[in-house]
Amino acid sequence: MAEKILMKGNEALAEAAIMAGCRHYFGYPITPQTEVAAYMAKRMPKIGGTFLQAESEIAAINMVIGAAAAGKRAMTSSSSPGISLKSEGISYMAGCDLPGLIVNVQRGGPGLGGIQPSQSDYFQATRGGGHGDYHLLVLAPSSVQEMADLVFKGFELSEKYRIPCMLLADGTMGQMMEPVSLPERTPETVSKPWALTGTNGQRKPNIINSLALAPHELEAWNQVRFQRYATVQEQEQMSESYLMEDAEICVVAFGIAARVSQNAVDTARAMGIRAGMIRPITLWPFPEKALKAAAEHCKAFVSVELNMGQMIEDVRLSIECKKPVSLCCRTGGMIPTPEEVVQAIVNVHQGGKQA
Amino acid sequence: MTPKRMTLFAGHYGSGKTNIAVNYALYLAASGRRVALGDLDIVNPYYRAKDSERELQAAGVRLIASAYANSNVDVPALPQEMYALTEDRSTFAVMDIGGDDRGALALGRYIPAIVEENDYDFLFVFNRSRPLTRDADSAMGVLREIEDACGLRFTGIVHNTNLGRETTPDTVLSALGAVRELTQLSGLPLVFTAARSDIAPLLPDQLGEIFPITLQKTIW
Repeated sequence: MAEKILMKGNEALAEAAIMAGCRHYFGYPITPQTEVAAYMAKRMPKIGGTFLQAESEIAAINMVIGAAAAGKRAMTSSSSPGISLKSEGISYMAGCDLPGLIVNVQRGGPGLGGIQPSQSDYFQATRGGGHGDYHLLVLAPSSVQEMADLVFKGFELSEKYRIPCMLLADGTMGQMMEPVSLPERTPETVSKPWALTGTNGQRKPNIINSLALAPHELEAWNQVRFQRYATVQEQEQMSESYLMEDAEICVVAFGIAARVSQNAVDTARAMGIRAGMIRPITLWPFPEKALKAAAEHCKAFVSVELNMGQMIEDVRLSIECKKPVSLCCRTGGMIPTPEEVVQAIVNVHQGGKQA
Repeated sequence: MTPKRMTLFAGHYGSGKTNIAVNYALYLAASGRRVALGDLDIVNPYYRAKDSERELQAAGVRLIASAYANSNVDVPALPQEMYALTEDRSTFAVMDIGGDDRGALALGRYIPAIVEENDYDFLFVFNRSRPLTRDADSAMGVLREIEDACGLRFTGIVHNTNLGRETTPDTVLSALGAVRELTQLSGLPLVFTAARSDIAPLLPDQLGEIFPITLQKTIW
């Protein structure tokens, strides 16, 4: 195990990307993810990589498309308003079946919103975000260590399935400092026979494109893509369970909300309430298997979010509305306190208030 | 430690300046001194001196910070009250300066008054657990960049190697060689080693004076 160092979430994800073999970073500054670009600007020139501050978010995502089309591991990062700008390019990536990593260190919205942490881009991330029928792989870290670990995972899954991956963090994850271990590892790579690497006159040219001239052809592309999505939904759901074995109340929370909620679960247990927590790590595919299993023995669910209630829809869908699901949320850059989460647990335990 | 009228903490991004500055201000106040803490951080959007506003207020420390600190306004502004730090010589001033050379730029405008009064310590905070200052050479690079950006020479080193909540005495001790080398390279004295208050009593004498600190609180 590598010696632990103290890193900001934004720095850890940047260093992890470099260790994962990413040598092409295209960005544009926006709080609270600016340290990613700052770190890449310092490190990339030293290792022969490319750091490029684009003229806009739109330009940056299109540079990612170019590098990914050439078969390179490429990434960009931004925060909420910047991700909206990138969404057209992300849709093109999905349409071209290009892998790549897009980091969203979320801040409050909508509009210009604010610079404090938020999870209000859940819908945007998990439903596609741009136009057209598509999904992104969406990974949600809840510690600085996981910011790094999920960068490796994100690149690997993205290349395996040729689906762009979004690391959906929030301002606290990006800004907080924690010890992290970054052991040397050989990144898993796959062969990319589709990449635009030059034919040398040896093969037919590859074409990377999201435009189909015939509608039946576009339909077929979409259908093939959705078969891959079905495989991902079957095989790649990730979540972490905390005190769920005998739980009667299941808290569902990701990212920073999960850290606050874990303290609340401990407090509820001390009060004699059998509470537990499922922390989704993949938001798409949503860990519906774990939720469904919990619905067998839990009498109620509490979705804890830094938004007005977005993931709660996936919780309800996963358990097919078999049990009541209530919402505990703060938004606009505010974070639910452990006391607020405890109160929500107590309320559903008493069969009281529901959202 | 005999405190100068002004104590300035600067260093690499994430070296622990804010935690040390807050603790140092509280320490000065606990000995009955009038104290003001200036938050000169124009780099960080979160995790600022303002997070400790209540403790500082309770201890009678005047916090001078941007009205925009911890707000949604992403503007690197400093309030005019900041001049009280240099003008009001009846109060001990502690300055928390933003990270790296970029953060230190904000200090520039106060330097003529600081130099004229000439009753200050300008301390470089060193944390060997940070990835870009893993040894004395790289720390020395940051130290010179900061001096060049703000136009003031450091007067001492504060050693603050830590892993946050996971810090052990070994974490602190592992940096001993690098700290010695940094004092040699820079020609600056080690003023104190900061350590979490539960670890401070376990540290050996070789680390010089130990300054126990309490970390700013979080809800997770």
